[in-house]
Amino acid sequence: MEINKTQDGSKLNISLVGRLDTTTAPELESSLKDDIANLTELIFDFSALEYISSAGLRVLLSSQKTMNKQGSMKITNVNETIRDIFDVTGFSDILTIE
Amino acid sequence: MTKKLTITAEVEKLDEVLGFLDSFLEESNCDIKTQMQLDVALEEMFVNVAHYAYAPEKGDVCIEVENTTDPEGVIVTLTDSGIPYDPLAKEDPDVTLSAADRQIGGLGIFMVKKSMDEVFYERKDGKNIFRMRKNFIS
Repeated sequence: MEINKTQDGSKLNISLVGRLDTTTAPELESSLKDDIANLTELIFDFSALEYISSAGLRVLLSSQKTMNKQGSMKITNVNETIRDIFDVTGFSDILTIE
Repeated sequence: MTKKLTITAEVEKLDEVLGFLDSFLEESNCDIKTQMQLDVALEEMFVNVAHYAYAPEKGDVCIEVENTTDPEGVIVTLTDSGIPYDPLAKEDPDVTLSAADRQIGGLGIFMVKKSMDEVFYERKDGKNIFRMRKNFIS
């Protein structure tokens, strides 16, 4: 998985390429750990994300919990299969998906 | 068609495990969405075995994939010789809770139950046998 970040002050845009699974989710988690404390806006671009498993959902949930306290988080360009996973797990109601 | 892979149950082997399943499905009449659901389901179940079955030791898991006809689909079976563990006994997470109240975890098996057409567990001859069936969309 590729993690591409664009930061503008306290706004961070993260675009993910590939698969967010058990082996790659820890990479995202540690990459976020460095930045998240100073953010007010976190935006994920999923246009090139092909796959997500529960390990990826866990990272999104913990990021959402953190951002709820200090700003906002949204996920953009979610494909249909990942959208289905969000629906089944109730994540569609927790996350802001645009 | 039936294919079998016996592999050390460790997270590092995930790509190999999913590669095995994908190459089987690509020879079958499986659409891409169903393939992804099967990938997610096998990842969850394989990682479960990798984390719990033999910890802190290592052991093998056997993964068997077979085609079904009428309805057309696949059955994926995972067999390990680790400690008895029924993944289906776990209570489903409450998916209506807000982010603050949601627990991190417990989602994997829930996703498997929701996305597969049938899931089945048995403990037999000192082995955990977990089987899931998925029908292809015709």
